Amino acid sequence: FYLTPPQVNSILKANEYSFKVPEFDGKNISSVLGFDSNQLPANAPIEDRRSAATCLQTRGMLLGVFDGHAGCACAQAVSERLFYYIAVSLLPHETLLEIENAVESGRALLPILQWHKHPNDYFSKEASKLYFNSLRTYWQELIDLNSGETTDVKEALINAFKRLDNDISLEAQVGDPNSFLNYLVLRVAFSGATACVAHVDGVDLHVANTGDSRAMLGVQEEDGSWSAVNLSYDHNAQNEHEVERVKMEHPKSEEKSLVKQDRLLGLLMPFRAFGDVKFKWSIELQKRVVESGPDQLNDNEYTKFIPPNYHTPPYLTAEPEVIHHKLRPQDKFLVLATDGLWETMHRQDVARIVGEYLTGVHHQQPIAVGGYKVTLGQMHGLLTERRARISSVFEDQNAATHLIRHAVGNNEFGTVDHERLSKMLSLPEELARMYRDDITIIVVQFNSHVVGACQSEQ
Amino acid sequence: SPGMFPRLLSDVRWRAARPPWRRWTSPRRSASGAAEPPPVSLPAQARVVVCGGGITGTSVAYHLAKLGWKDIVLLEQGRLAAGTTRFCAGIVSAARPVSIELKMADYSNKLYQQLEQETGVKTGYMKTGSISLAQTQDRLISLKRIASSLNVMGIPSEIITPKQVAQLHPLINIHDLVGAMYVPGDALVSSADVSLALATAASHNGVQIHERTTVSHVLVQKGRVIGVETDRGQISCQYFVNCAGQWAYELGLSGEEHVSIPVHACEHFYLLTYPLKEPLASSIPTIVDPDGRIYIRNWQGGILSGGFEKNPKPLFTEGRNQLEIQNLQEDWDHFEPLLSALLRRMPDLEALQIMQLVNCPETFTPDMHCIMGESPAVRGYFVLAGMNSAGISYGGGAGKYLAEWMVNGYPSENVWPLDLKRFGSLQSSRTFLRHRVMEVMPLICDLKVPRWDFQTGRQLRTSPLYDRLDAQGARWMEKHGFERVKYFVPPGKDLLDLDQSKTFYKPDWFDIVGSEVKCCKEAVCVIDMSSFTKFEISSTGNQALENLQYLFSNDLDVPVGHVVHTGMLNEQGGYENDCSIARLSKRSFFMISPTDQQVHCWSWLKNHLPSDGSLTLEDVTWKYTALNLIGPRAVDVLSELSYAPITPEHFPSLFCKEMSVGYANGIRVMSITHTGEPGFMLYIPIEYALHVYNEVMNMGQKYGIRNAGYYALRSLRIEKFFAFWGQDLDAFTTPMECGREFQVKLEKGMEFIGQEALLEQKQHGVYKRFTMFILEDHDTDMDLWPWWGEPIFRNGRYVGKTTSSAYSYTLERHVCLGFVQHFDEKTGEELVVTTDFINQGEYEIDIAGQRFQAKAKLYPFSSLFTQRRRKEEVELSGYQRE
Repeated sequence: FYLTPPQVNSILKANEYSFKVPEFDGKNISSVLGFDSNQLPANAPIEDRRSAATCLQTRGMLLGVFDGHAGCACAQAVSERLFYYIAVSLLPHETLLEIENAVESGRALLPILQWHKHPNDYFSKEASKLYFNSLRTYWQELIDLNSGETTDVKEALINAFKRLDNDISLEAQVGDPNSFLNYLVLRVAFSGATACVAHVDGVDLHVANTGDSRAMLGVQEEDGSWSAVNLSYDHNAQNEHEVERVKMEHPKSEEKSLVKQDRLLGLLMPFRAFGDVKFKWSIELQKRVVESGPDQLNDNEYTKFIPPNYHTPPYLTAEPEVIHHKLRPQDKFLVLATDGLWETMHRQDVARIVGEYLTGVHHQQPIAVGGYKVTLGQMHGLLTERRARISSVFEDQNAATHLIRHAVGNNEFGTVDHERLSKMLSLPEELARMYRDDITIIVVQFNSHVVGACQSEQ
Repeated sequence: SPGMFPRLLSDVRWRAARPPWRRWTSPRRSASGAAEPPPVSLPAQARVVVCGGGITGTSVAYHLAKLGWKDIVLLEQGRLAAGTTRFCAGIVSAARPVSIELKMADYSNKLYQQLEQETGVKTGYMKTGSISLAQTQDRLISLKRIASSLNVMGIPSEIITPKQVAQLHPLINIHDLVGAMYVPGDALVSSADVSLALATAASHNGVQIHERTTVSHVLVQKGRVIGVETDRGQISCQYFVNCAGQWAYELGLSGEEHVSIPVHACEHFYLLTYPLKEPLASSIPTIVDPDGRIYIRNWQGGILSGGFEKNPKPLFTEGRNQLEIQNLQEDWDHFEPLLSALLRRMPDLEALQIMQLVNCPETFTPDMHCIMGESPAVRGYFVLAGMNSAGISYGGGAGKYLAEWMVNGYPSENVWPLDLKRFGSLQSSRTFLRHRVMEVMPLICDLKVPRWDFQTGRQLRTSPLYDRLDAQGARWMEKHGFERVKYFVPPGKDLLDLDQSKTFYKPDWFDIVGSEVKCCKEAVCVIDMSSFTKFEISSTGNQALENLQYLFSNDLDVPVGHVVHTGMLNEQGGYENDCSIARLSKRSFFMISPTDQQVHCWSWLKNHLPSDGSLTLEDVTWKYTALNLIGPRAVDVLSELSYAPITPEHFPSLFCKEMSVGYANGIRVMSITHTGEPGFMLYIPIEYALHVYNEVMNMGQKYGIRNAGYYALRSLRIEKFFAFWGQDLDAFTTPMECGREFQVKLEKGMEFIGQEALLEQKQHGVYKRFTMFILEDHDTDMDLWPWWGEPIFRNGRYVGKTTSSAYSYTLERHVCLGFVQHFDEKTGEELVVTTDFINQGEYEIDIAGQRFQAKAKLYPFSSLFTQRRRKEEVELSGYQRE
């Protein structure tokens, strides 16, 4: 039994989303043409999340992928909240004051973000008040701090990440009189999520990464070929610097127990994450919160379990590494994806597949007869074959979908094998996780003309 | 950069031949590498400067010299015939649907045939004939229509069977063909050589040719050309001819005074192969397979095959661009559909070896016809460009017409369909052109059925009522950029989609238009006619009247409030414009002309009225919305909306009054409908348009009012024998020839343009006569419908062509309008056409080769109509009483 191609397509396309930046938005012309995004679940429910939004009070666009573990609560909360923290961190003093005054006097608030969401990307209504209050406290502190300096994007990103993680932790410690919310904030804090976020403003591209999702820039070389440039470092056991960092932060006596079987304390794959208070709080705090918490939490073996060799917390941080890159005309696109993609595909292949997809036929290596002896029949055969290949590309209207098709369906020759694709997609829920991870992809396409123009201005 | 292409065609040959013009002018450098004498300096002045050394430029120079003009200078930025002309496929074919283009191609063919003998330059002329293939019945019908008009023009053509095709061309797969048209006189040439031959002949006749000389801009003073600025200095001149092909647009905009020439280039591909094992005979006919979008000709024993793909690649939208020029390379993936069509048509070519895929940009225009004539903005600035990839076919004839135009003031044929002035500045938006040429290029191969409309570049000029009408089911067509309603699809009724509705037979809107016509006849309809061109002419003293009396043939010295139908004639008495003029006051006039007259009429008036400021001429087209209230009940509707009496006693026909309609004041109401039906035209200041429309529709409800469109109007005016300028009337038609003596006041006591010619005609008679034909044995449901351009036969002999046609719902017959001529049976000489000649003939109309009997009439059925209407009025009132 195999899925038919239309069935395969309907599975692959269920979560796809595209956004094109309007050409004439009346303001500055954006260096971003638009983005395609998609998700393919392996877990049920899926634990990955994605977000995309345009900053309305400052310039720039935010895009991010979030890979949750031990449930999806943390990834969900981060996907809803992180961009607000970033946007607020970027706001100038006057705007913060204006916003605070509006809240104070009950006036309508300036919109901070314009979200670009797939209908399946939901926001939790119940928690919005709680989240808002935490955010407000943050901006009030920013107002009090008023450094008077212009906001540095890198710093803003780091502050926003750390602050949100801190708020998650605090909310769980304080609890909430509403039992639903109380349970929610605890679930958020006890689950975890990695985050890989890009901020694009003109030619300035910042990528802030926490965990093992990855950002990759697709670069078109002069000869038309594609190459990949990493814009993030994975925070896991494969990253020597990261292992080094963790070891530096703890006494030498723990050196052996810190990283076991390529996992933090032998348990956690990513070395940095949001939530996961089990790796951050002291044992006493964990016990106190779990005991005073609702029964569901108490019944959960996982939450009660204290990691082995847990001596000098915190072992985990949400502080991101930020990479700044000045876009060049040859930088054609950015891929943000959770580890589900990178486990199955090499970044070089990702660059090539997306690059060829985005440029379509026009940049397919043109045929030239040159000095060769070619007959009309031979040429016709060649062209028909090329067209068939192209039409398979255009089955997908979304670069992220196209990439997922390859990630799941690629055979050893690097071409999509329908049989394999169909098998992988028809795996029962309980088996799916064994063969593949959740995959979430955002492909951002840049406007080379605008980038070139900005570059020459500067 | 032409240098990147290998030397093709006969490029090498002409250089070796050392054409004689090289003795007088020298380029700065020559590819032959030999030591060249220093370049001959440019003359300080000339009568004419022609810019562009392609087929059009050399043809214009050749013909100007032939007509005896001296001091002609031709400037070419590169080398002669090195642009599009060099890469042209070189097919000279008269198989064209539009008669003026057919005439140009026919003339070109004859010109090229004798050119080698005239000049001694080899042109590669070879009469091979051409075969146009039909894969569908509809295509065969369109070929039959062309064959009919070719035959009456004296150009042999024949509809042949697929078997005959196979006999004429052994390589063709005929299995999917239903027929074909064979034109044995069509030819092949080497286009670059033709151009060089024309240059050589021109040069013999005194034309100075300068290569490698770039015109930077044209110098203009007081609206006239006074010279050109080049990279090698200035030349002062009286006339400038822009033959710059794909660069014509940019050149037009380069001067201070912009000349808008709406052309845009697209890439065009054709394939060259090595010779076949058994090389093709040089006389093998050229194949045109429009359904496969390709043409195939013999080329040095191999083939040359190109086509017009569905997805053209426009280029140079933002002007000349070095990057785009460099990127003009072979694009095989783009060519794939055409290659497939080629191999399907000639499967045996599979083993043939490719030599090259040539990418050569061609220039296209917004309506698929080339552009010629004088700029409305700058006198003495002439243009010939935008050949829509038929430069070789048209080049000779087009050059001749333009030269005649410059020398005699007007060409020897009606070239209005090609006149630059048919476009306005609105067609020169680059975005518009880019989108439109992407539609036009594929259209070259598409089936052209009656009444098709362009899909791109729409909704540019609209009436303020557009949305209201659209919401009520309006279907739109475009004229001069203006959206006009064709008809209204009633709610709940669906028409075929665009592709399926293409037909040569009875169209799907037949009943819809029928009910609109019925409503015009029995009750009242409202048609939005805002697209009409509207001018106001006024003066402080008597100058307006005096000048208009000189420009118009009818007597305009009428009491204030009268409307006069009149022609605006040229010296030959031909209609430059046909319009209605209302005398608003002693010193001001309101002039209404056809939509596409906006540019032409404006420039004619500008050129003929004094420029001393005594007269004010204003284009008020955009200021007024025009509603046509047609029908016997129009008077009732209007009476209720206005307290002014408008019964025929108070408001006779051909009157104009300013009155209030509803709340709106200052509405110009005229008792004309342009159809011969009773009713009124309302000229409404646009801010009142919606109000007046709503009032009219509300009040009209009880009289059965409904919306109607131009198709209904057309049917009404044609059955009433009303001629329309641009379709029936042109600059070669006089009022005497179309039964409009009553609109000419030869004795008005003032001289007017065209008076002498009309007096002459009055004395000696006319040589053609506008006639109405009622098709007798034509089955509306089953037979092909007439369109226009159908040959008319009298007693079995060709006497003329139709100019428009429509189904008359009243007569329940098709009506064709057209001109009848009288050719001497022996000599073919044109004789005077008398009323007796018209009345005493047996007529037939040829629709795609099938002849239908027709009854000729010189006057409309006015009495019949009134009788019918009265009878129906009785019926209608009886119905209302029930």
